[in-house]
Amino acid sequence: MAQAATLTAAPAPPARQANAFALRRFLPTPAILFMIVVTQVPLIFTLSYSLERWNFLRPERRGFIGLNNYVNIIQDTDFWTILFNTLYLTFSVVLITLVVGMGLALLLNREFFGRGLIRTLLITPFLLMPTVSAVLWKNVLFNPAFGLFAALFALLGLPRPDPLAQAPMLSVIIIVAWQWTPFMMLILLAGLQSLDHEQIEAAQIDGAGPLMLFYYIVLPHLRRYIELAVLMETLFVLSIFGEIFVTTSGGPGIQTTNLSFGIYQEAFQRWNIGSASALGVYAIILANIVMVFFVRVLRRGQKEGIATS
Amino acid sequence: MRKLSILLLVVLALSVGFAQAQDTVTLTIATVNNPDMVVMESFTEVFEAEHPNIDLNWVILPENELRATVTTDVATGSSTFDIVTVGMFEAPIWAGNGWIHSITDLAAEYPDNVQADYGFDDLLPGVVAGLSYEGELYAAPFYGESSMLFYNTALFEEAGLVMPEQPTWEQVREFACALHDPDNGQYGIVLRGLPGWGEVMAPLTTVVNTFGGRWFDENWEPQLTSPEWNEAVSFYVNLINECGQPGATSTGFTEALTLIAQGQAAMWVDATVAAGFLSNPDESTITETLGFAPAPVGPVPKGNHWLWAWSLAIPTTTTHPAEALEFVTWATSRDYINLVGETNGWQTVPPGTRISTYENQNYLDAAPFAPVVLGLMQAADPTDSTRDPVPYVGVQFVGIPEFQGIGTDVSQFIADALAGNITVEEALQRANEVAREAVIEAGYLSE
Repeated sequence: MAQAATLTAAPAPPARQANAFALRRFLPTPAILFMIVVTQVPLIFTLSYSLERWNFLRPERRGFIGLNNYVNIIQDTDFWTILFNTLYLTFSVVLITLVVGMGLALLLNREFFGRGLIRTLLITPFLLMPTVSAVLWKNVLFNPAFGLFAALFALLGLPRPDPLAQAPMLSVIIIVAWQWTPFMMLILLAGLQSLDHEQIEAAQIDGAGPLMLFYYIVLPHLRRYIELAVLMETLFVLSIFGEIFVTTSGGPGIQTTNLSFGIYQEAFQRWNIGSASALGVYAIILANIVMVFFVRVLRRGQKEGIATS
Repeated sequence: MRKLSILLLVVLALSVGFAQAQDTVTLTIATVNNPDMVVMESFTEVFEAEHPNIDLNWVILPENELRATVTTDVATGSSTFDIVTVGMFEAPIWAGNGWIHSITDLAAEYPDNVQADYGFDDLLPGVVAGLSYEGELYAAPFYGESSMLFYNTALFEEAGLVMPEQPTWEQVREFACALHDPDNGQYGIVLRGLPGWGEVMAPLTTVVNTFGGRWFDENWEPQLTSPEWNEAVSFYVNLINECGQPGATSTGFTEALTLIAQGQAAMWVDATVAAGFLSNPDESTITETLGFAPAPVGPVPKGNHWLWAWSLAIPTTTTHPAEALEFVTWATSRDYINLVGETNGWQTVPPGTRISTYENQNYLDAAPFAPVVLGLMQAADPTDSTRDPVPYVGVQFVGIPEFQGIGTDVSQFIADALAGNITVEEALQRANEVAREAVIEAGYLSE
């Protein structure tokens, strides 16, 4: 409101306009209140639970223990492994999907027979539910007794691989990347299709080859799309759960446990509501760090865009 | 949080429902999606016809999901459910927390609501002991199971092997390695390796018991670094890796069942309840060549087979305890078993709860495995399953609330050893540390 006062003071507009301005300010309040109730109240509950020792199965031991949950988590070496797993999984998936998605988008941007069909097929992995695609990968492809890969290896006379036990993290990365590639592809394809043909023709007349075209024309144009896709995908993949739950249950050991799965285990297997909430708060902090970082990058991109145009 | 708000919505919806229908009572029942429970649901109309004042509303979930939903519901006092399905692990703990009604007390309070001719003394004593707390029954057993050895008689005959009446683990290892032919997709034995306290830890703990090991000593000091544990776990890991199925760390009950039902495994040690599926020609290719033996023993003839019962309990938050009792005693009665037997065939009745089931000639004719199962169910004793004394109750689990967490953590290290990433010694060393931290944190053991 102080801002409104200074605004009205300067050019001294009629009073009616000031009233309208106040009303405009007031109108979104119910929506904002609703947002606060549905998003912030659960957060406050989580924060208060995280300060308690509270095991569901031992109600008589419930009590306030200050920041002990947070301290215990940081001191636990497993937490750092889980944090590393989370980041490793997320960034590997984003990198793989970016490269593969870009390749597919470039291919789909060309005219060829059956393009619509191919595009639909390529999008399909993204439309499958995470648990469904994980079950498919686990049983139909990866299973060492009756999976497709095992059969192919056996055909070649090689020992049957057991990817989920021998390379669990890589297996999970492959499954998640397979699922998220279409997302990246779609956004990049939209970007490619908004590219002005005249620019490309002009560059071709100037003697640019395909690689130079890609590097100097296509990539700068796609930058905004890439940033957006990477930001969104990172936030989604950070909290991936279904694939891990179905395929490896976070194991063997804790090799594929990420923060989401760790929180699930803490809350629904150890029934430790207190430290599960504290872990949840750490997860929120992590997501926010990533978010702030990307938003900065996006803003900088925007400013540069304004300066050059 | 989202769970809580959904629960609130459900409660709201239910209370509105109650307000509209004063005369009939709706009972909400949470249960596991096991075949026997699905059969129970299919008899809803029969029950409602017999009890016109009661409507049944089912919530059927997979085991892990059920445990999460029901525990959250009961622990927070949300009172969504009038009847919940609990295992032998939960029943005494929940009774101790005052979350479920004593069936004994309720039956005394509302004798008219107990199914006629129920026969509490017909229930198997070991099962009753496992579901009791301070001498009172807190959950009515719906079906019970132990663990046993299944084998493919065709493969045994071909190789000239004979299964002894009571096999030892050493004999099982020799049979497994003799019949192991992975190049032709035939595995000597299949055993669970999937992490989880209810998955790999169940059969593994019975192996540890019969090798002379125990989870904790009398003072709650974890014993996972003892020579007995090392020997038992090394045996289990080597047996699977040398003569067992590939992909051990992703083999749970279902995956193992698939392997043996397709004839790809020569032996399997697992829940007796699988006998029913393996005898069913729709689900199994080895119905004709299926052999049964008691679970193998090691040096100590104790605790080599587990004891478990899925049971129906009544949360203390329910507003209709009398009607809930009516359903619980109906679904676990002799009459219900007869109803299922006569409608669906005798091999499909819920096993392992009543002595009378095993005296019924119809059942004995349909289920050749019945005598072995009865013997195992009667021999299993949750209060005495280890060579050395222990402070806990349970054959394949430790009956304390923290065991779900401890068992799951330990199973992850075992899986790591199964996958060959760490040695058994390292796995047990780390497992012992997490178990120790957990019991200190929970106040059983002081540092």
